[in-house]
Amino acid sequence: MKQFKDRIPLPPADAQKTNMACHFCIVGCGYHVYKWPANQEGGRDANQNALGLDFTQQLPPMQLTMTPAMVNQIQDHDGREYNIMIVPDKKCSVNKGLSSTRGGQMASVMYSEGTPIGERRLKYPMVYSGDDWAETNWEHAMALYAGLTQRILDNEGPDQLFFNLFDHGGAGGGFENTWATGKLIFDGIQSKMVRIHNRPAYNSECHASRDMGIGELNNSYEDAEVADVIFSIGGNSYETQSNWFLAHWEPNLRGSNVAKKREWFPNETVGKGKVILVDPRRTPTVAICETIAGKENVLHLAIQPGTDTALFNGLLTYVVDQGWHDEAFITEHTNGFEEMLTANRMELDECSRITGVSRADIIKTAEWAYKPKASGHAPRTMHAYEKGVIWGNDNYRIQSAIVNLAVATHNVGQRGTGVVRMGGHQEGYVRPPYPGGRPAPYIDQELINGNGMMLTVWACNAFQTTINAETYRQVIKRRAAIVNQAMAEARGGSIDELIDIIYDAVKNKGGLFIVDIDLYRTKFAEYSHLVLPATHPGEMNLTSMNGERRLRLSERFMDPPGIAKPDCLIAANMANALKQRYESAGDVTMAERFAGFNWTTEEDAFNDGFRMAHEKEIDSQGGPTGHLATYERLRMAGNNGVQLPIKEYRDGKLIGTEMLYTDYDFDTDDGKAHFQPSPWNGFPEVVQQQKETYDFWINNGRTNHIWQSAYHDQHLAFRKGRYPMAQIEIHPLDAQDIGIANGDIVEVYNDYGATTAMAYLEPDLKRGQVFMMFGYPNGVQGDVISEWTDRNHIPYYKGTWANLRRIGANPAYLRDVSFKRRRFS
Amino acid sequence: MTQLSRRNFLKLTGSSAAVGTLSLAPIAHAQQGIPPLPPGSTTLPYPRELVTKLSELAINQPIYFSYPDDRSPCVVIRRGREVKGGVGPEKDVVAYSTQCTHMGCPVTYDQEAEAFKCPCHYSIFDPDNTGQMVIGQATENLPRVILEYDDTEDALVAVSIDGLIYGRQANII
Repeated sequence: MKQFKDRIPLPPADAQKTNMACHFCIVGCGYHVYKWPANQEGGRDANQNALGLDFTQQLPPMQLTMTPAMVNQIQDHDGREYNIMIVPDKKCSVNKGLSSTRGGQMASVMYSEGTPIGERRLKYPMVYSGDDWAETNWEHAMALYAGLTQRILDNEGPDQLFFNLFDHGGAGGGFENTWATGKLIFDGIQSKMVRIHNRPAYNSECHASRDMGIGELNNSYEDAEVADVIFSIGGNSYETQSNWFLAHWEPNLRGSNVAKKREWFPNETVGKGKVILVDPRRTPTVAICETIAGKENVLHLAIQPGTDTALFNGLLTYVVDQGWHDEAFITEHTNGFEEMLTANRMELDECSRITGVSRADIIKTAEWAYKPKASGHAPRTMHAYEKGVIWGNDNYRIQSAIVNLAVATHNVGQRGTGVVRMGGHQEGYVRPPYPGGRPAPYIDQELINGNGMMLTVWACNAFQTTINAETYRQVIKRRAAIVNQAMAEARGGSIDELIDIIYDAVKNKGGLFIVDIDLYRTKFAEYSHLVLPATHPGEMNLTSMNGERRLRLSERFMDPPGIAKPDCLIAANMANALKQRYESAGDVTMAERFAGFNWTTEEDAFNDGFRMAHEKEIDSQGGPTGHLATYERLRMAGNNGVQLPIKEYRDGKLIGTEMLYTDYDFDTDDGKAHFQPSPWNGFPEVVQQQKETYDFWINNGRTNHIWQSAYHDQHLAFRKGRYPMAQIEIHPLDAQDIGIANGDIVEVYNDYGATTAMAYLEPDLKRGQVFMMFGYPNGVQGDVISEWTDRNHIPYYKGTWANLRRIGANPAYLRDVSFKRRRFS
Repeated sequence: MTQLSRRNFLKLTGSSAAVGTLSLAPIAHAQQGIPPLPPGSTTLPYPRELVTKLSELAINQPIYFSYPDDRSPCVVIRRGREVKGGVGPEKDVVAYSTQCTHMGCPVTYDQEAEAFKCPCHYSIFDPDNTGQMVIGQATENLPRVILEYDDTEDALVAVSIDGLIYGRQANII
């Protein structure tokens, strides 16, 4: 039960106040954290509480968001108890005082003894003895970790040391932690056998855009406020980038920004914004856009799944044939246009046939987004794509097709335009160069094929978030069990004897030793042998950047549970333990590889990585001017932070970059944007076979209640109560055909595996298409997805077909879960 | 049973938009500190207020009232079938605060969708499931007015609220 239900404590006027960028999605809304002794409360008079609001009266709408989920009670290591309140920052330009349902619960997910979160957080390193878990300390855990790593490294080389690793910002990421892990793994261990948290290899989800010279986060959220057209491709922003949508798209679509557009773009025809949404599903975002803008200003292109490349090639062809491309810009600032156009040319009829979008709607799209306006100016069209593209049918090819069109129409480097990914997590990448090539090794398949002796799983959970997940889990569990059996026989042995036994199991018996570093004992951690407790923002200082490259410092305000540590300091522990072992062995060369981790705080990691990219060979999203950002300067910059790259530090302020490529100096060797041929090539064979064999396309994605793998949410009644099992939206007539009703447990199965979901009837779904929640603990959609990837080993999560079978009803679901429609109209 | 009062009763049937006309203008209050709980109590001192007679409720037709004071707009609905938390002989009557828990905008009852909808940030709440947020940006369900049914007087009586009313430190100001 909640601690606070119909009243909450107010922060006193002198409560400690710190900055926090939201832990969760790419948008990174700004929040303030108030902390004060639990035996004190602020008064209701405006001058008696830190919010400065008069609670002696009913506050009018839109004054604030302050809910029971935004307060909690915590205890620091010194035994003192505090109340905390985490509320949105009205002065943050990202969210403008709005909170999303995910960010709004941050206080609830902070460690508090006695709450479900507190019960389940990892507090101590834990070792699996072969048949049970035992708590231990860092020295013991590090001796085992470093000892086995050294043994494998010395005898087998780095390619037997595998890693499942975060690469992003926000919780479970951030510049401090990406740097520390990268330095350990790439510089120290020198392993290339690494995969990234939700994909089976070490790659970028935007290789295509980058190869064309265009970083994927090239505009500001404000550009959505002044665009003539927002062109959303494979996204569902209301649910997945909520406050980007509500604070920036919404006023434009409502027509509230016409004056601002006039001011920004004098002499140009301006008006209420329009939106084009490409998605096979009528998403909640489509419905809300129609409510805001009116149906006449919303164009939903409900394409056949996986045909985006054809759509954008068809659009490009039509636009060029009309002469709506920018020839002068193409000539001066790009190359490869003619070659690309020849390769990609697709006539309207063929485009319509493949995509299922009518000729009229393709033409309407082109006219809205690219036909010159009455003033003669080209429309300012912001292209924003996400998982429908990122995890679509050939990531590299679709993305090339989109960027080709955006560049040809000069929708880059100008305000109100852009060709950007919407984003999932925040970003926070700074690492030494990856030691492998491209494509990087397909780590999941390597493991399935019996390769790898030790796997470190760091702040991710492929048991829920990978493709071909059922097979993957089966192999991991079987290989882990081989080590379990060996470890169970090592009673009373020293660390070195234990290492001998484990090494024999992984070297000679096909075993896999697994280490899991996380906030919780995840499903993956259940099959590990060593679990290490990590921290998240608030328990550590952490820097990240959002989808408009806005760098902020989330400040530490509380102690972590037990003896949990920031990931960067865990990595430093590992490196230092390895260094010590090599020094003891007299191996100076190897000891040197693990040097440079003499850190005591996360700020040390920040200074060593993010702030050194001007001196060392480092891949950093901060670039060579990252050194201008210090913790102190970022504290002063607050929740507005600074947009990377930093231009200068002047008059006590960090000056950033709102939009990239305004000088048309693109990120290629010749400084020009490069068009890339990306002809439509149909479906991968394995997917085509599934398509022909099974009845339903299994679309998948997030809902706004749940963040990522539900690592917190599965422990919170408000979230888990809403979705006790992954929901699967299905058209009522399809449901009727197979005897399924709301709340029924449904099996989803094909030749790759089977999973379960909770039926949720929704008439907006197309017949033969269902939509299932992604990555949920209770219903893993990845179980039925093939192992196919694009050329860079980016998965095709959206590319699976399967059959459905009713298992039966669960009366509790029917009693406790709403099955009302999720479309606002 | 304590004496019932109709002073906060506000009948605005039919047009859900009418709730927008409720004044949320601040009213000066002398009390400044946190109101003390009654000795021996861990619950706020909610008043018992008559909401309406059950016989005055038509199925799926909302009636608006205020509770626990005249600055807290609420709605009562007879759903015509047993629903979770429902009271009355058919266990079909429920009542909620109409201030969205996200930012306090007045939610409207959509009779066709049989759901509450917030026009500001598009949250939807389910009257048939204790105000559960169906989709949206709130972190709390819609506060539920706890009702009792007095069959001798055919009266629906509000006795407390489950959930924090928007814009308040405590439900009792």
